[in-house]
Amino acid sequence: MPGPTTALPITIRGLTKKFGSLHALDSVDLDVKSGEFLTLLGPSGSGKTTLLMAIAGFNRPDSGSILFGEKEMILAPPHLREVGMVFQNYALFPHMSVAENVAFPLKLRKIAKAECEQRVEEALNTVQLSELGNRRIDQLSGGQRQRVALARAFVFQPRILLMDEPLSALDKKLREQMQIELKHLHRKLGVTTVYVTHDQREALTMSDRIAVINHGRLQQVDTPEVIYNQPANSFVADFIGESTMLPLKTEENNQLYFDHILVDSVPDQKSSQDWMLVVRPERLFPLSQESIDSDQHLIFKGKVIESVYQGETAFAQVSISEDHQLTVRFGTDASARKFLLEPGDSMELGLNRKDIILIPR
Amino acid sequence: MLLHEKELRRQTFLEQWNLLSLSLPSILVIILIIIVPVGWLFYLSFTGKGGDFSLANYEKMITYKSYARVFMTTFQVSFLTTLVCILMGYPLAYFMAQLSDRMAAVCMLTVLLPFWTSLLVRTYAWLVLLQKKGILNDFAIEIGLWETPIKLVHNLTGTLIGMAHIMLPFLVLPLYGAMKRIEKDMTHAAANLGATPIQVFWKVFFPLSLPGLVAGSLIVFVLCLGFYVTPAVLGGGRVVMVATQITAILENQFNWGAASSLGVVLLASTLLILVLAARFLKLDQVLFGRH
Amino acid sequence: MNWWNRPATETQITHGKRIWLYTLATVIMLLLIVPTLIVIPMSFSDSQYLEFPPKNWSLRWYFEYFETLKWMNATKTSFLIGFLTMLVATPLGTMAAYALYVSGHPAAKAIFVLLITPMIVPVILIAIGTFYAFGRIGLNNTIGGLVLAHTALAAPLVMIIITAAFRTYDMNQERVARSLGASRLKAFMVITLPQIRFSVITSALLAFLTSFDEVIISIFISGGVNATLTKHMFSALRDFIDPTIAAISTIMVLISTTLLLATQFLGSKSTK
Repeated sequence: MPGPTTALPITIRGLTKKFGSLHALDSVDLDVKSGEFLTLLGPSGSGKTTLLMAIAGFNRPDSGSILFGEKEMILAPPHLREVGMVFQNYALFPHMSVAENVAFPLKLRKIAKAECEQRVEEALNTVQLSELGNRRIDQLSGGQRQRVALARAFVFQPRILLMDEPLSALDKKLREQMQIELKHLHRKLGVTTVYVTHDQREALTMSDRIAVINHGRLQQVDTPEVIYNQPANSFVADFIGESTMLPLKTEENNQLYFDHILVDSVPDQKSSQDWMLVVRPERLFPLSQESIDSDQHLIFKGKVIESVYQGETAFAQVSISEDHQLTVRFGTDASARKFLLEPGDSMELGLNRKDIILIPR
Repeated sequence: MLLHEKELRRQTFLEQWNLLSLSLPSILVIILIIIVPVGWLFYLSFTGKGGDFSLANYEKMITYKSYARVFMTTFQVSFLTTLVCILMGYPLAYFMAQLSDRMAAVCMLTVLLPFWTSLLVRTYAWLVLLQKKGILNDFAIEIGLWETPIKLVHNLTGTLIGMAHIMLPFLVLPLYGAMKRIEKDMTHAAANLGATPIQVFWKVFFPLSLPGLVAGSLIVFVLCLGFYVTPAVLGGGRVVMVATQITAILENQFNWGAASSLGVVLLASTLLILVLAARFLKLDQVLFGRH
Repeated sequence: MNWWNRPATETQITHGKRIWLYTLATVIMLLLIVPTLIVIPMSFSDSQYLEFPPKNWSLRWYFEYFETLKWMNATKTSFLIGFLTMLVATPLGTMAAYALYVSGHPAAKAIFVLLITPMIVPVILIAIGTFYAFGRIGLNNTIGGLVLAHTALAAPLVMIIITAAFRTYDMNQERVARSLGASRLKAFMVITLPQIRFSVITSALLAFLTSFDEVIISIFISGGVNATLTKHMFSALRDFIDPTIAAISTIMVLISTTLLLATQFLGSKSTK
C-alpha cells in the first residue's frame, strides 16, 4: 500500500468559475497540505462540488491555477490527473464484478495480470471485502458498495483522493461507522484527501482541517476546534453547530454590552464597530440556587418558553429580553433533571467568560 | 500569477466543438436529404415557366376548384380518421391503463404489432378483407346484415377504415402514457370527497388525460395530412388527398412547380399545427411510440 | 362470480358494471391485430381469389414468390439497403445523441430540432425532393442514394432511443472511469456502451425495419435492378390483387413480429 511519500500538496490560486452572472467560485485560494484530510463544507449551491470537480478536471474553471505539488494541472484532462475519485452515488460499473471494478484502473495502466490480481486483493482486504471479489454489484449492500468505490479509487495509488459526499446515501448508523473507517483508512494510506460534505458533524468528525465555503467564497479554513470555537463570521457560526447570536452595543469606553450586561471589551485587532455574541447551547448552563462568580461568568435571567426532553440531553428555550431568547442544553442526570421547568418559570443561565465568542456583525 | 484564462477558454471551446462535431455526419445527411431537396422544392414552387419569380402556382391553387376539392378531401379524411381513432383509442387506452403492468404489456403488444408491421402489408390486408368477394361481405351476408355485396373499398369508407387502423397506435401510445402518469391518489381523493364514479371520471380523470389525448390526436391528424400509400390503394383513385395529387401531377404533367407548391402548403399546414400545439407536445416522445 | 361483484377501480365500480368496457376493448384489440394476421392463412390458399378459410391449402404463392426473379431481386435489394441503413444510421444516431446529450452547448437544442425534421416533414415531400435532387447528381436508382435517404429517416429514431437510454444512465460512471485513467472515448466504449447495448440493438433493429418497410421514397428513387420489395408490392397492389403479395406479406409480418418480440425481450432485460 502507498505510504505518505506519494502524497502531494494541492495549491489553488485565484480559481474563478461563473455560470452566467453567478459566481460558482469567486477567486478561491486554498492550500491542501500533503497527506492532509481536508473537508469542503457548505450548504448546497455553495460551490463546494464545483471546486472538487475543478480539482478532478470535470469542471473547467474560467481562470485560476491548480498545482499538484509543483506541477500545474489546471489544463490537464481528467484521465491524466492521477486522482482517485469517489462519487456520491458510488458510480460502480454494474456490468462488472467487484474485482473487475477494482481492477479497472490497473488494467488501464497495463499492469501485469499477477500484480494486478495481487493489488486488487490487497485493496479489497483494506476495505474488508476480500471475500466478495466475484459478487455482482447489485448483490452488495449500500455500505459494501461504498467500500468497493473506495477500493477502486485508491488501488492505483493516486497521490490525491477526492470524495463527493460519499456517505450521504447511507443510513445514520452506517454513516457514523463509515466515518471512523474512512478516517482510519486515510491514516493508513496517507494520501492527500479532499472531502465534500454538507453535514457539519461529519466534517467535524473526520477532518484535519475544514474549509467552510459559501456563495463560491471560502469563509474560513482551519481545524475543527478552531472552526467551532472561533468562527470567523456569522455564516460559519450559524452553519456549524447550534448557536444563538446576540447583538452587542459598543459603549464609549470600548466595552461591549448586551442589555446592561457587560460582555467583553472590543477585541483590539479588528476595527469593526458592531459585534455579536455567539452563544452555543451546550456552553450555557442553568444556575441553581447557589450563586456563582460573576467575574468569570455572564449571567442571563429569563423565563422558560419551552423545555424538551430528548433522552441523553434536554434543552430549554429561555426568553431573556423582549426580542431575544437563548437555548440551553443540559444533561439529564439526576442532578440536572430539576431544570426541566414548566413554561413561564424563571430560569438563570450562566456562560463562562472563556466561552465567549465574538464575531463582527 | 498565471491564471490560464486564455488557455481555459480555448480548451472549453475546443471540447464543446469536438463533442458537437460528433453530430456532424447526421447533420450532413439531414441537410442532403431534407434541407436541400425541400429547399429546392420551395424554390421551384415560386418559379415561373421562364425561371423568374412567380406566384402562379399558388394563384392556381386559389382559382382552380380541383385544388380546393383536394384540400377539402385531405382535411375531411384527416379529421374523420382522427375522430375514429379517438373513439376507439380512448376506451382502449383507459382499459389498458387500469390493468396490472403484466397484462398491460400483453395488451400493448396488440398495439405494437401493427405499429411494427409494414403499412403496405396492413393496407393489403384491408384490401383483401373489404373487397366485394372479401371476407367481410361474405360474413355480413351470411349473418344477414345485408343481402348483396356492398362496395367497401376503393372509396372513402375503405380509406377511413385502413387509415384509422394504421393511425390508432399513434393515438393510443401517448394517451396511455398520459393516463399512466395520473396519480391514483387523485381519483382516491375525489372519491373520498364524495364524488360518484361518473363524476370522478369526468371531473378528475378525463381532464388529466386530456393533454395525452390532444397530443395523440394532433400527431394522428398531422400524419394523415401527408399520407400517401393507404388512400392511394384503398381509395382507388376516388379519394384524392394532397400527397396523391402531388404524385399525380408529377406522373401526368411532370409539372414540378405545381407539385412543389402543393408540397409547400402541406408542409406549412403541418408546421402551423405543430407550432400551435407545441405546448401539448413532447415531440420526441410522441413521434416514436416509446412510453 | 366473485370477480363480477368485486370493485374494479378505487371508485367502487364493479367488474360486472364495466363489462361493456372490457368487451369494447377486446373488440378493438382484435380489430388491431386480426386484419394483419388474417393474411397468413390466406397466403396458403391455392386459389387465385383469396378466400378465407382457404378451400385447398398449398404453397403455390410461396413458390411463385421464390421463383420469380423480380421478387427475388427486390427482396435482396431491400435486405441489402435495410442492412446498410442499419450499419450507417446506428453509429450516426448514437454519435449525435452523445454529442447533444453531453456537450451542453447552446447550439445542441437547435441541432436536435434539425435532426428530427425527417419526422416532421411529410414523407411525400422528402420523396419528391430527393427524387428531384438525386436526379441532378445521379443518385436515383442507386443503392447509395437509397441508403442515404433511409438513413435520414432512421438516424433520428436511433438518436431518440439512445437519448432516452442516456436519461436513465448515470453519466457519473463515465466520469469516474475518466478519473481512473480512461480517455473519453475509452470510457464510452468500455463503460457506457456495454450498458446501453440493449437500446443500441433495439434502435439498430428499428433502423433496419424503417428502411425495409419504407414505401414512398422507394417508389420515387428506387428502380431498375435496384427497385425495392415495397416498390414492387405497391405497384402490384394498385394494379390488381396478386395473391403472391399475401405470401410476401406473411414473410414481412413474420420478420416484424420477430424483431418486435426481440426488442420487447431486450427491453424487459434492460430495465432490470
